[in-house]
Amino acid sequence: MTDAALPTAQPSLRQTVEARLKRRHAEELRFRFYGRAAIIVALLFLAVLVGRIVAQGYTTFVDYQLSLPVYVDPARVQVDDLSGANYDLLIADQTLARLGEKDDELGTQSGKLMELISTDLGFQVLEKVKADHSLIGKTITITGPVRADGQLYYKGQMKRTTDESERKLDNQQLAWLDRLKAKGLVKGGFNFGFLTKSDSTEPEQAGVLGAIVGSAMMLLVTASLAIPVGVLAATYLEEFAPKGRWSDLIEVNINNLAAVPSIVYGLLGLAVFINWLGVPRSSPLVGGLVMALMALPTVIIATRSALKAVPPSIREAALGVGASRTQTVFHHVLPLAMPGVMTGAILSLAHALGETAPLLMIGMISFVPGVPQGFTGAATVLPVQVFIWENASERAFEERTAAAILVLLTFMIIMNMAAILLRRRFERRW
Amino acid sequence: MNQRQFNQPLRHRDDEGAAAPAVHIAVDRGHSADKSAAIKIRARDVNVFYGDKQALFDVGLDVPERAVTALIGPSGCGKSTFLRCINRMNDTIPGCTVRGRIELDGEDVNDRSIDPVVLRARVGMVFQKPNPFPKTIFENVAYGPRIHGLATGKAELEAIVESSLKRAGLWAEVADRLHQPGTGLSGGQQQRLVIARAIAVSPEVILMDEPCSALDPIATAKIEELIDELRNQYCIVIVTHSMAQAARVSQKTAFFHLGKLVEAGPTGEIFTNPRDSRTQDYITGRFG
Repeated sequence: MTDAALPTAQPSLRQTVEARLKRRHAEELRFRFYGRAAIIVALLFLAVLVGRIVAQGYTTFVDYQLSLPVYVDPARVQVDDLSGANYDLLIADQTLARLGEKDDELGTQSGKLMELISTDLGFQVLEKVKADHSLIGKTITITGPVRADGQLYYKGQMKRTTDESERKLDNQQLAWLDRLKAKGLVKGGFNFGFLTKSDSTEPEQAGVLGAIVGSAMMLLVTASLAIPVGVLAATYLEEFAPKGRWSDLIEVNINNLAAVPSIVYGLLGLAVFINWLGVPRSSPLVGGLVMALMALPTVIIATRSALKAVPPSIREAALGVGASRTQTVFHHVLPLAMPGVMTGAILSLAHALGETAPLLMIGMISFVPGVPQGFTGAATVLPVQVFIWENASERAFEERTAAAILVLLTFMIIMNMAAILLRRRFERRW
Repeated sequence: MNQRQFNQPLRHRDDEGAAAPAVHIAVDRGHSADKSAAIKIRARDVNVFYGDKQALFDVGLDVPERAVTALIGPSGCGKSTFLRCINRMNDTIPGCTVRGRIELDGEDVNDRSIDPVVLRARVGMVFQKPNPFPKTIFENVAYGPRIHGLATGKAELEAIVESSLKRAGLWAEVADRLHQPGTGLSGGQQQRLVIARAIAVSPEVILMDEPCSALDPIATAKIEELIDELRNQYCIVIVTHSMAQAARVSQKTAFFHLGKLVEAGPTGEIFTNPRDSRTQDYITGRFG
């Protein structure tokens, strides 16, 4: 009797728990749904971003090269004035003849054909003849890119169906392009030039090599400054500095510095490094110095948290056998913190790689048609290159902007992978 | 073993008590049946503060040479704090101040002329949780001799490592894997590795802070056996929560309560005939 009555009078533990169970499960399901939704949205944005850049930029990596036999006419090229000859016109005239067209007296036809052939071919003839005078009077074969607008036509970005007045090339020029291709003088292939050449005013001759080298040199300066200084500063603050009001003040300031807008660092660099210390503007050195200032707080914070994560038992163990504080830190604590330090350092370098604003302040926004001449020479870096091309008026720079972004992203992915690999490598040692 | 310890020292208890100086060590009834046994560590009026909080009150204790001294007492009674005063590990705790005199062979360890590095080479320490360096077994043991420059060559270093591991009773188990990580050993093996690491520096004193609290009974038995062997060469001070362990391994026992040294004396006496009622209550399991 009592046994049966009790549960109804007072619900059992099981009943109490079960009554709430449904709500608890629902809560969990809801949370999981939110989490998945957030991830899907993030992935979607990423896919749209990368997809758009790839769709816009992949055509850069295809390029059409003209292979033309050029007769170096002694009547037009004089040995004593090699640079005075108009090689572009020479090539255009001969190509016109090859196409079976006749030039008028004003030279309109050859002028129109010149718009299809990159000035790169003319330069090549000049270089070859300069190197070997005996080539005058002979026929040499020159390979170089089709001019940007012609490339656009071959890639299908300029269409015949567009009204003639609204495109850069008229119907006759398009017909010539078709005939050049039909004659087998034009070949499409991978655009190695984009990776082996530097910036140029001619889109078909512009490449990212100068920017890649500039970025690499700048990062080298940044890394060799920010990492040792940052790691040592963090180690001192965390392991040696007496804790008190001063160390708190320093900590707050470092945390604040990490949040200072990057353009402010640019102003600082302009005032201190360029105006006061006289470091050459627009150079990888000054860029690296500014980036090092910017990366320093991040490196310090990452290192400090990595040091904090090292279990105190290791410190006690080392001190217990009579290691000095310095030995404890450098033999045991810092090596254990290394994976965290490395990750923080590389991520802050990756951040520095993508930073543009402070570089604009220190004059890195200049047209640099070559690989930087040393650490004090003029240089450009990848994000600034993107910025410059984005502002260019030629239609052909649009795809190059996207392609430069792709190169920049690849650079960053490589760095992040290096961070992960280093982390794994260091962790495996322990 | 237990029998011997419980029975033997009783005879001399009264003599010892009478001989004890009244002021400082009124509670310390000496350490052994043999009055001539040398005192290795002499602590007087030791007061320790963590910030404003006082953790130890006027502790005075004599620690005998070549014997095991056990510090017992409930959690938070200051026994670990006292232990850490001996090799100045408390220096590393911010806000911790130590007052009083702790003599190692008659020399004050807190004296300015004493470098903690030298002190800690002379006074080794084994911690509660086994804390081998995340390096190879060899490197763990070789670290101390290396930083102190105790070995002149590779062969000598290897000899030190081997003898230390042998004395810690670990050699047979790790001889074929000296170059594997020390963290891959079992808990008990790790603790013996840590003891080998301490021995490798040839210390005079070994401090052990609850060395068996993280170990299973079999590993504990091995460590206790090891402690019993080591006491022939070293002065050992061990903090333990286990009264059975204190009774098994130590020759002298000191009972701490609320930061004060309540009673100290030969282990047998403390366990069979405590003078203070608090000691009586603690060892009979009424509190703590």
